[in-house]
Amino acid sequence: MNTLFLLFYEFFKAGLFAVGGGLATIPFLTDISNKRGWFTLTELADMIAVGESTPGPIGVNCATYVGFKTAGIPGALTATLALILPSYIIICIIFGFLQKYKESKLVNDTFAGLRPAVTGLIAAAGWSVLQMAVIAPVQAAAAFSPALLKPAVLLLVLLGLSYWLKYKKKDLHPLAYIGLAAVAGIVFAM
Amino acid sequence: MEDKKTTSLWELYTAFFRIGAFTFGGGYAMLPMLERECVQKHPWVKQEELLNFFAIGQCTPGVIAVNTATFVGCSQRGILGAAVATLGVVTPSILIILVIASLLANFAHIPAVQHAFAGIRVAVAVLIFNAVVKLYKSSVKNGWDIALCVAAFVCVALFKLSPVYVVLGAALVGVGRGRWGKQA
Repeated sequence: MNTLFLLFYEFFKAGLFAVGGGLATIPFLTDISNKRGWFTLTELADMIAVGESTPGPIGVNCATYVGFKTAGIPGALTATLALILPSYIIICIIFGFLQKYKESKLVNDTFAGLRPAVTGLIAAAGWSVLQMAVIAPVQAAAAFSPALLKPAVLLLVLLGLSYWLKYKKKDLHPLAYIGLAAVAGIVFAM
Repeated sequence: MEDKKTTSLWELYTAFFRIGAFTFGGGYAMLPMLERECVQKHPWVKQEELLNFFAIGQCTPGVIAVNTATFVGCSQRGILGAAVATLGVVTPSILIILVIASLLANFAHIPAVQHAFAGIRVAVAVLIFNAVVKLYKSSVKNGWDIALCVAAFVCVALFKLSPVYVVLGAALVGVGRGRWGKQA
């Protein structure tokens, strides 16, 4: 019971103070590991790897994992709910505020500045995924070999596919791209 | 907002369940799924509203996917809708992680999993790229917008600045531009 309460406390804190999305929760998890000793830093690295390689928000995945390792299924549920509760409360309040000031020039001017910037931010996120997927394996290799270009080839094939579909006025579910790429990754041992 | 009454809680839950289940890589990688479920399939939000939500989700604490789910849910069915959408987006994570944590101790180290994810990362990059092209067309309309978009990209991608500062800076530029000189 005491552990569940502490789990709730620690993850509520992470949810309240980690600004900037899932990966921002990682320093908090490190802190929890140091302070509470529920899991080692090596275990944490594994949890992050699992959190990144399963669907869903990384922060939520890590919270579920840590909670489960610490106190079983009740722990998993406690940690996850504690992590998302601050967001839920804050966003509901902001939403109410925005509804009230929807017509305000100040709010509209603010969003007019935000939208292009967020487009740039999303492009930056795409760039970092691209680096991780295509560029990092080449940089990490001791010597260059053509096999290192497999991700780049897959990138061109998928881009080509999406543009061909657009040209044909057809649309493919995002999951289809994910599925195709996962199969290609396994078949060609990327 | 005229669809407020017709959106059922079940629809909200299942749509966000799918978003949670099919988003790999967290945060921005969910944008293509989010757009599909909340803009194309259901008339819940407009594309530019989605960007507003993302901007707020970026500079408020917490997981961006959760923040966005709460926002969309709130816009449809108030705080109850927000709770349902938020629980929907985290349910797949909880189920999947519980299975993996209890059965597959070395999940992340299985070679097939590593290969699959090497491929999936490439697909995620392509999906984000296509989403950015679409967003650029709808959100960038004049010289100011181009400057803001490029500056945000450069600050984060090259100078590793926290997105929080970019969002705050862009908000200030937006306010200043509205006050001291309006560009068409």
